[in-house]
Amino acid sequence: MADDNSKAAAYWKANLRLITGCLIVWALVSYGCAILLRPLLAGIPVGGTDLGFWFAQQGSILAFIGLIFFYAWKMNRLDKKFGLGE
Amino acid sequence: MSQFAINVLFVGGSFAIYIGIAIWAKAGSTRDFYVAGGGVHPITNGMAIGADWMSAASFISMAGIIASAGYGASTFLMGWTGGYVLLALLLAPYLRKFGKFTVPEFIGDRFYSKSARMVAVVCLIVASLTYVIGQMAGAGVAFSRFLEVDATTGLIIAAIVVFFYSVLGGMKGITYTQVAQYIVLIVAYTIPAVFISLELTDNPIPPLGLFSDHSASGEPLLSKLNEVVTALGFNEYTAMVDNKLNMVLFTLSLMIGTAGLPHVIMRFFTVPKVADARWSAGWALVFIGLLYLTAPAVASMARLNLVTTIYPDMAAQVENYEDAAANPIAYADRPDWIRTWEETGLITFDDKNNDGRIQLYNDAADFSDRGWQGNELEVSNDILVLANPEIANLPGWVVGLIAAGGLAAALSTAAGLLLAISSAISHDLIKGAINPKITEKGELRAARISMSVAIVVATYLGVNPPGFAAQVVALAFGIAAASLFPALMMGIFSKRINNKGAIAGMLSGLIFTLVYIFVYKGWFFIPDTNNLPDTEANWVLGISPLSIGAVGAILNFAVAYMVSSATEEPPQEIQDLVESVRYPKGAGVAIDH
Repeated sequence: MADDNSKAAAYWKANLRLITGCLIVWALVSYGCAILLRPLLAGIPVGGTDLGFWFAQQGSILAFIGLIFFYAWKMNRLDKKFGLGE
Repeated sequence: MSQFAINVLFVGGSFAIYIGIAIWAKAGSTRDFYVAGGGVHPITNGMAIGADWMSAASFISMAGIIASAGYGASTFLMGWTGGYVLLALLLAPYLRKFGKFTVPEFIGDRFYSKSARMVAVVCLIVASLTYVIGQMAGAGVAFSRFLEVDATTGLIIAAIVVFFYSVLGGMKGITYTQVAQYIVLIVAYTIPAVFISLELTDNPIPPLGLFSDHSASGEPLLSKLNEVVTALGFNEYTAMVDNKLNMVLFTLSLMIGTAGLPHVIMRFFTVPKVADARWSAGWALVFIGLLYLTAPAVASMARLNLVTTIYPDMAAQVENYEDAAANPIAYADRPDWIRTWEETGLITFDDKNNDGRIQLYNDAADFSDRGWQGNELEVSNDILVLANPEIANLPGWVVGLIAAGGLAAALSTAAGLLLAISSAISHDLIKGAINPKITEKGELRAARISMSVAIVVATYLGVNPPGFAAQVVALAFGIAAASLFPALMMGIFSKRINNKGAIAGMLSGLIFTLVYIFVYKGWFFIPDTNNLPDTEANWVLGISPLSIGAVGAILNFAVAYMVSSATEEPPQEIQDLVESVRYPKGAGVAIDH
């Protein structure tokens, strides 16, 4: 039982670490590149405009899709590793 | 075949499919009715979430809003997709593991409080009802334009179709009709976009076309668009937004609002496993992304098309925009699609300087030196997508397809919302509070009756829209962001938040958000009861009432934390419950209790 508990705690900690990492990327592409950092990225041209505009209307959506699949894939591995899957 | 006959064929054909599915997927138990039996494949569910999510607003209005606001409207693109990351990482897998039927049920069980459950029920009903009225009205507009009936008749026909498959099939019927509706709407949205992209940029993939060169002028499409609109006194299409704080908070409100909307969360209860809940969020965003990546392309291309239709000299490479602007088309020579849409009142023309020509420009700019006395053409944002095939001169069947697509978007979202409302009434209110001893058969009957009542109410409100119907973004997303999302997230990620903390947090987030909205938009949205004009100069720190949900959410978290810290810990069995939702092991199909 004690072993189960520590395993569960380790699983949860690994999950929280993964969530934090993913959310940093999530915030960076949308609030960062697309909004707050856009003036800094203004020098990088993309098809008639700048990189920030690309992130706002396309890049962030693509990043979001990538993030969810990455998280789902990593979590499946964690589920197996800790034997806590279904 | 006449255009009318083609439209009837497409809309009628798609309706026949939906009704066929409803008969095939009849619900036999409450499990069928609330969670479609719990065995939906993640890709199927992803597609159903796509249709559930993409409403009349996404399909009909969003591209038009982007076309007029340019970069500033990116908020909608990021906000309405970024919420799925939060759903996948923070809510969906755990709520699926919890394994019950409704969102208020989780809040009630986790915070061991009937009051918390009732607060959640009220939030759910207000948010969903506001949302569903817009869908019904959207369906009415699509009907009146394409099937030549008045909007009220159109709305009633739409209500009867929704009634048929949602009352009969519940979540089961809705799931499979949503899959069919997704296919109809995505095909309808992308086909005209592909043709327009080919025409303007020679690139058949609209999201790539957006960043390609404009064939007629040889310049990048977005540079061309910037030149054309600034020549008419508008802001650059890609211009930066000064009020960054507001843009960040607006995007954040839309994201957490999206993640907190019960009609979306419910769809994750229909998959067999926790892992499937994660995968279906990913698939959902793929299917949603197909439309959301196409929309900004449609927006910029349609804007350019509109301007060059009015000022043909601007279409190719332009030496001097001043000369090109001097030569707009005569009103008598306007294309047919402008004539058709004038009949609906969504395009209006007023020849202010009596020169017989159409001047389209930014009214805030002064062009009296050109002999212009005001902008003469008003074009509603809502027609851009619907008129797209006509603007691009596409064949009649594409117009019929757009009609069926717009209706699919409106009806699929309406059905999801109505199910969220009816299950809150039959499962949370009737079974959870009024009559816990109700039999399964009785509850199924109650679910069907409340669904029918919800449809009648939504139809009535669609015909006679109250003031709050136009406030979907402020009201539905504000409430979901400020009350439901934080409660759900804390319920999973903290064992320490207790009943008192959760209720205090939800109420303070909700009341703060509503009051801020009412101060600028009028108390209960009654005109002229606002305390301050709804303009940027009057907003606190420049935060618009549409962006306040994010602040309400932060308040909710803070209050819940402080109240919980000052009061007793939740009982052991609740802490065990939190522990159990965190690990996928042992998730059965969603069960009744």
